[in-house]
Amino acid sequence: MRFSGWRVLREGLTGNRGWQAHWRDPDPKPEYDAVIIGGGGHGLATAYYLAKDHGMRNIAVLERGYIGGGNVGRNTTIVRANYYLPGNSEFYSHSLKLWEGLEQDLNYNAMMSQRGILNVFHNDAQRDSAVRRANAIINQGDDAEILSRDQLREMVPLLNYDNNRFPIQGALLQRRAGTARHDAVAWGFARGADQRGVDILQNCEVTGIRTEGGKVIGVETPRGLIRAGKVAMAAAGRSSQVAAMAGLTLPIESHVLQAFVSEGLKPIIDHVITFAEGHLYISQSDKGGLVFGSYLDLYASYAARGNLPMVEHTMEACMAMLPAIGKARLLRSWGGIMDMTPDGSPIIDRTPIEGLYLNAGWCYGGFKATPASGQCYAHLIATDRPHQAAAAFRLDRFETGRGLMDEEATGAQHNLH
Amino acid sequence: MRITCPLCGERDRREFYYRGAVLEAPEEGAPLEVWHAHVHLRLNPAGPLEEWWYHQHGCGSWIRVQRDTSNHEMLAAAPAATGEAG
Ligand SMILES: Cc1cc2nc3c(=O)[nH]c(=O)nc-3n(C[C@H](O)[C@H](O)[C@H](O)COP(=O)(O)OP(=O)(O)OC[C@H]3O[C@@H](n4cnc5c(N)ncnc54)[C@H](O)[C@@H]3O)c2cc1C
Ligand SMILES: [Zn+2]
Repeated sequence: MRFSGWRVLREGLTGNRGWQAHWRDPDPKPEYDAVIIGGGGHGLATAYYLAKDHGMRNIAVLERGYIGGGNVGRNTTIVRANYYLPGNSEFYSHSLKLWEGLEQDLNYNAMMSQRGILNVFHNDAQRDSAVRRANAIINQGDDAEILSRDQLREMVPLLNYDNNRFPIQGALLQRRAGTARHDAVAWGFARGADQRGVDILQNCEVTGIRTEGGKVIGVETPRGLIRAGKVAMAAAGRSSQVAAMAGLTLPIESHVLQAFVSEGLKPIIDHVITFAEGHLYISQSDKGGLVFGSYLDLYASYAARGNLPMVEHTMEACMAMLPAIGKARLLRSWGGIMDMTPDGSPIIDRTPIEGLYLNAGWCYGGFKATPASGQCYAHLIATDRPHQAAAAFRLDRFETGRGLMDEEATGAQHNLH
Repeated sequence: MRITCPLCGERDRREFYYRGAVLEAPEEGAPLEVWHAHVHLRLNPAGPLEEWWYHQHGCGSWIRVQRDTSNHEMLAAAPAATGEAG
């Protein structure tokens, strides 16, 4: 079934009775060429590109819960390519280009909205760093502009420009950045993979990874052993636990990050806005809810629910920067489990076990990576060679110290990135 | 989340700084792999974890806390021995 304007019109006139399920619900086969552990954005995108770019169709995605239940459906939906360090910066640039053609490619409305991101700065040091970052972004061929306080004020009058401690001095603008409807991204990739023959198996937790003589041979699930010569981990916050099934210890610590959404309001925030003060970021969804968040809770957690201090901090940062929204009521808040690496950058690599691959360490920034991560991981799985755009995401960089990508310059402490 | 400081009693999480899992530091001349494992690799359990917290806005003690990472439950807390943490 293809989606089109014509189809929407026809369904609207005939009682919307013609829509079908977006993917099948098959029983697991006893054996696949490749099995992907984790049906989040990255796992589903990997399956899609394995089928599309490499013609591998006898593959399955195994998800312990339901599609969209992990971080892919919990994030604040920001998509951007304003990274700084070599290795990361080209990768996110590549990803943004994939996002720009993604809806046509998937024939799925992911509500990609290039509304622009404004990274607001408050002092000279932050301005210097924003200018340096803008130059780096321009040099790699992406767009960046520095707005003065007056230019920003004209664009976004609503901010608190004269906060005593954190006056607003200007912003780094990337117009091509924006937001996408996160669960539609998961659904679009799931549907695209399914249409190419991939089996999507929900409620199918991987409980063991079987190896024989240093080679992977399959995975154990409550629905039986599923054999596969290639097994690809994409379990985000649970990466350590999945890797432990194969006897691997990862450079990862899991932490909780919270997000918040207000009641629906009339349009008041047209961009994604981030504040260097308090690490606050905020946008407005198409339904009108203000979607925002700030820091990790800063201690190891698998609870998928945060604590009050970070809720308070986030609300205080909102009141400091955007007092106009102070009367809006909070509708919901939730948490997701982040797989934090010691340099805050991801891993897409082989493991010491033949046929076992690792995609992990996306920290709080992996939603924007979804298409490129899937494409690069699929390339690695299919060819056993890294994709050029993700060649820096090596597992051994921590051991050798070469090629670390510590964007925040906070050093090897997992929770500080 | 509240943490019971052995000296001050039960206090709000805001009073504490988090350092992470309790790890045994290798000998200074230990091989590179051992240092790599110490600095980067983590068992990262979903369940009880022994970790260091620092009672920054209280008595200034380092505390060895047992906490269940799957539900935030505090299982035990003891003061660090001299020279043990930090
Ligand atoms: C609150 C919050 C805000 C965020 N905001 C942004 C943002 O604005 N921009 C951005 O770029 N990124 C953001 N992120 C980060 C982003 O969401 C993640 O980095 C990314 O979604 C992780 O990849 P994923 O989609 O594959 O993860 P997930 O959707 O979590 O997928 C992993 C899947 O693996 C499954 N799994 C785990 N163990 C097993 C097993 N044993 N067997 C089978 N399946 C298993 C899980 O159930 C899960 O569905 C945010 C995250 C959070 C929590
Ligand atoms: Zn104390």
